[in-house]
Amino acid sequence: MELVFKNTTGLVSVPRHYCPGCTHGVIHRMVAEVIEELGVRESAVGISPVGCSVIAYNYFNCDMQQAAHGRAPALATGIKRVRPDLTVFTYQGDGDLASIGTAETVQAANRGEKVTVIFVNNAIYGMTGGQMAPTTMPGQVTTTSPAGRDVNHCGYPIRVVELLATLRTPAYLVRVSAHDEVHLVQAKQAIRKAFRYQLEGRCFSFVEVLSICPTNWGLSPAEASQWLANTMIPYYPLGEIKTPDDGPVTEAHHAQ
Amino acid sequence: MGEKKLLKGCEAIGEAAIQAGAKAFFGYPITPQSEVPEYLSKRLPEVGGVFLQAESEVAASNMLYGAAGAGVRIFTTTSSPGYSLMQEAVSYMAGSELPCVIVNIVRGGPGLGGILPGQGDYKQATRGGGHGDYRTPVLAPSTVQEAADLMIDAFDIADKYRNPVLVLGDGLIGQMMEPVEFKQRSTQVVEKPWATTGAKGRPPNIVNSLYLDAPTLERHNIKLKAKYDAIEKDERRWEEYGNTGKLDILLVAYGTVARVCKTAVDEMTKQGIRVGLFRPISLYPFPDAELRSAARQAKAILDIELSTGQMIDDVKAAVEGRVPVHYYGRVGGIVCTPEEVAFHAGRVIKGEQVYTIGEYAGLVTALTA
Repeated sequence: MELVFKNTTGLVSVPRHYCPGCTHGVIHRMVAEVIEELGVRESAVGISPVGCSVIAYNYFNCDMQQAAHGRAPALATGIKRVRPDLTVFTYQGDGDLASIGTAETVQAANRGEKVTVIFVNNAIYGMTGGQMAPTTMPGQVTTTSPAGRDVNHCGYPIRVVELLATLRTPAYLVRVSAHDEVHLVQAKQAIRKAFRYQLEGRCFSFVEVLSICPTNWGLSPAEASQWLANTMIPYYPLGEIKTPDDGPVTEAHHAQ
Repeated sequence: MGEKKLLKGCEAIGEAAIQAGAKAFFGYPITPQSEVPEYLSKRLPEVGGVFLQAESEVAASNMLYGAAGAGVRIFTTTSSPGYSLMQEAVSYMAGSELPCVIVNIVRGGPGLGGILPGQGDYKQATRGGGHGDYRTPVLAPSTVQEAADLMIDAFDIADKYRNPVLVLGDGLIGQMMEPVEFKQRSTQVVEKPWATTGAKGRPPNIVNSLYLDAPTLERHNIKLKAKYDAIEKDERRWEEYGNTGKLDILLVAYGTVARVCKTAVDEMTKQGIRVGLFRPISLYPFPDAELRSAARQAKAILDIELSTGQMIDDVKAAVEGRVPVHYYGRVGGIVCTPEEVAFHAGRVIKGEQVYTIGEYAGLVTALTA
């Protein structure tokens, strides 16, 4: 019989704790497949954040560190600077990266740390029970913005990729979405490219993945995907926002 | 034996770390320790090490977490407000059992305080400092030479126990120039099979302090407690100076103040006073049994600190009420003189009322007005 599908060696085969319909699982899988395909599982060190994906250290089948809230890029810096031979990535949510970890994110990008950041933006704090995030959409109801996010009270959602794109330091900055199959194909290509930029020692690489949170949005998974497409993508445009000036990564070099 | 070099305390601390095999420094400038990053920004690249100026003490200490987790000897230096910002990472490193060395060149406080010497961070240093139930060994040098020696020992202690180790100095130690000799030591090369170095030919390693299951976290806390018990048993350091046995008074002081007290002990001894000095070198673990023993035949203890009285609680606990414990100190960056120490010790010996810090400071102000 022909083998048409198998588990990636980049993930540990254990039940995961994510809610039904959550896109963390598929994003984990894409990152893990890229790690496997690039042959870097045995040199990879991942960093889990504080938030829904805090226990990612039990899911990725590579060495892992768990970071204080928002500090994953500082840990990544510490690891990569003393062990440049390792493949270092962080996996962070929007509260972790865009709120409490803003300084660590901006400064790691500005130093051009040769690490890869996977930024899962679902416009809400998931683990703590659906509070407003810096990425929460205007008018979006959360447990700490019960009347909807009032931009006169707390400003507009932060577009992290565009913010980082203002920095002079070369970087690979891309935004993708995990809300349907077509976008998942593009998302995996971006994740693969981001890791390849690191492996070539080229630049800081950062993939923002728009993600759904059916539980805290109070929607079914299908409705949540629709809401992401209709509400988030117009505000958070998809695509490569910045690439290094010195050309693209060499596709052949690290292919299996 | 190495050659003697005239070095500033901050430079000696940086160089000693390199001699101990430190591979990287992540830090942030703050007075009065900025000479350490300045020195290391030149020196570390010469020896193939990594120097990186972080964006904050929060980031610097979390870079230590990452690098320590990757299994290399790393350290940073800071001063009081900076060490407060590092408490998050120190707590996480204690929880994740990561070894590193942090130097706090203490200044006056609270808040922004001042930049002159202080000892007001004693309780923060010796009680863990950050959230959660943890301890860090604390070593307090009183000379530049001792700062260099203790830096090297600090790395060994950190690796031995997989725990952050704190070296507590002050602006005088950091800024003073003294001859320093880096002793040729066989610094232990410790295997770190737990480090995140890439899961090649072994299952993945996880560096983590999260235990959501209560019984599991309790076991983790009990394991850490056993480690602190071992530290309390094996890592006590102290020095006794001057007279021993029957004493009119026993001075207790650490760091720069202990150095001042040595001069006071010499002067008072010449005047026929039976006085000794007990100097804790490890502030955690506090050498309590050793102090109790040194104080056995003392009529009184005078605890002297550059704080309004922090170590005095450990001194009182150590002597278990068997000896009266008096306090004298200066704060705000003012360092007491040997004459002041002798004056206050004399009042204790004569059974006179010991001035409170406020009364004495007022007296000095009135006399010098």
